[in-house]
Amino acid sequence: MNLSVQIGRLTLQNPVMVASGTFGYGIEYAQLLDLNQLGAVTVKGIRLHPVRGNATPRTAEVTSGMLNAIGLQGPGVDGFIRKYWPFLKALKVPTLINVWGTTVEEYAEVARRFDALGDVGALELNVSCPNIKEGGAQFGTDVKLLSQVVTACRQATTLPLITKLSPNVVSIAPYAKAAEDAGSDALSIMNSYPAMAIDIETRRPKLANITGGLTGPCIKPIAIKLVWEAAKAVKIPIIGMGGIQTAADAIEFILAGATAVAVGTANFYEPQTALQVIAGIREFLVRNGIADVRKIVGCLLAGER
Amino acid sequence: MLVGELTASPAPTILLPPMLEETVQILANDRDSDLYFRLVVRAPRVAPLVQPGQFAHVRVLPMKATLLRRPFSIFQVAGDTFSILYKAVGQGTEVLSRMPPGEELSVIGPLGRGFTVPQPGAETPLLVAGGYGMAAMYLLAQRSPQRGIVFVGGRRRVDILCEDEFRALGWQVRVATEDGSHGEMGLVTQPLLAELRRGTDGKKLFACGPTPMLKAVGKIADEFQLPAELSMDEHMCCGVGVCLTCVIPVKAGDGWEYQRTCTEGPVFDSRQVAWEVEK
Repeated sequence: MNLSVQIGRLTLQNPVMVASGTFGYGIEYAQLLDLNQLGAVTVKGIRLHPVRGNATPRTAEVTSGMLNAIGLQGPGVDGFIRKYWPFLKALKVPTLINVWGTTVEEYAEVARRFDALGDVGALELNVSCPNIKEGGAQFGTDVKLLSQVVTACRQATTLPLITKLSPNVVSIAPYAKAAEDAGSDALSIMNSYPAMAIDIETRRPKLANITGGLTGPCIKPIAIKLVWEAAKAVKIPIIGMGGIQTAADAIEFILAGATAVAVGTANFYEPQTALQVIAGIREFLVRNGIADVRKIVGCLLAGER
Repeated sequence: MLVGELTASPAPTILLPPMLEETVQILANDRDSDLYFRLVVRAPRVAPLVQPGQFAHVRVLPMKATLLRRPFSIFQVAGDTFSILYKAVGQGTEVLSRMPPGEELSVIGPLGRGFTVPQPGAETPLLVAGGYGMAAMYLLAQRSPQRGIVFVGGRRRVDILCEDEFRALGWQVRVATEDGSHGEMGLVTQPLLAELRRGTDGKKLFACGPTPMLKAVGKIADEFQLPAELSMDEHMCCGVGVCLTCVIPVKAGDGWEYQRTCTEGPVFDSRQVAWEVEK
């Protein structure tokens, strides 16, 4: 049975990783699951400098999901390296660093810093966070800017680059293609969907930021469609994410064209989810007599029934 | 600074309290009064680890479209069991209140940094509680070598819980209700102020309750120059420090930063809380 997959030059022992922003810097979950069983750990978005984040309330629960507008609170590159890197570096599985900035130059500078660090598995370029005024989604919803960010990072590092795309576009194909053409080794699809909720008693938005990003099982069908569309447009591997709770969810993404998947919001309520998904994928492959997970990537039967 | 220098420098130790996920069985889940319930679970792995002021993050397994765990302060610990006091006010707690003994819940715990238990012969604890915030302070009262006074406030008589349990520990209990249906009429800070005006020597405040009450206790601690530990009440999501939902402004250097109630808290030194920051 082979579960290992390839993301650029990076080999993952299995196709299940955890999504940026839902797993801190790994150490927070170290007592609740064996991190070395994962395909990879992806850390919360990091820019050059420390970030205070948005005012509270920052999250709100909705039916089968949640809204968040954290505002990418984080320690910055130096703080991250000092505080969290020694732990992550010692893991047997690769660490993917989610990178963001407010300018093309900042993205490239952060990429350079992590390139120099050594032992980083890959960089995931966050061009799709909906909750910050500058940076983030502005780069992910403009094909030219997206291309500039990826090109600049490609020049700044030889690390595998994964571009995390926004769902908030008319068609994802041109964005997927632009990232591929600019040198991205893979795509992460998708980031959270811009959304909003209101407390009818107070008539106030449930988030201080008013709007936020929707995540959780309720977004899965949107993400499946985007993965399917992007997979038809590019040759580079896709990491599918959005509402994965079970192995069946993950297999849907793989059939739609994802080479790997990431568990996100489910980590918040069931930290063992990613491990259960790995076990479930293995069980599905055994039950169907398939020896290699790569054999089912993109094997959607979309023709006549 | 060079990256090489940073990685070569010794890593600061990140101290995390021991925590684990455990499937626990409900032993009792009875109405205490009005909308308040007492839940007792068998949790042989989590229960022995609990420190005063810590919480359990509970997943109400029958709920399928309401996904997130609910944090509850731990009330009592006895052998391999612990209990919580909760109010059935939302989707999660309403479903929980209908679960009979024998059913299972998933618990992550114990979580958070709790209260500092006084050393023998050191300060006399004065506890200030709003409603079921009192439950979060029971273990502190039980494990404190010095008996003290607990001041508890609520809107009505039914909001005053676990008074008998504190008296059984030999503690004095002073009650204030806003409608005067039990104890003194008014806010809990009134009997507290009356006590502090009689003398403050060797006293320390500990508080758990709604944010306005905590703010008032913090102000009183400042006025009387007393140390105070406040258990901050914030909306939570992951409970283990990754989602950054439950942050509060905390003084840092010349300014302030957001710190996590679930990890750096829920208990904070009142002088650290940056109340001046507008929410």
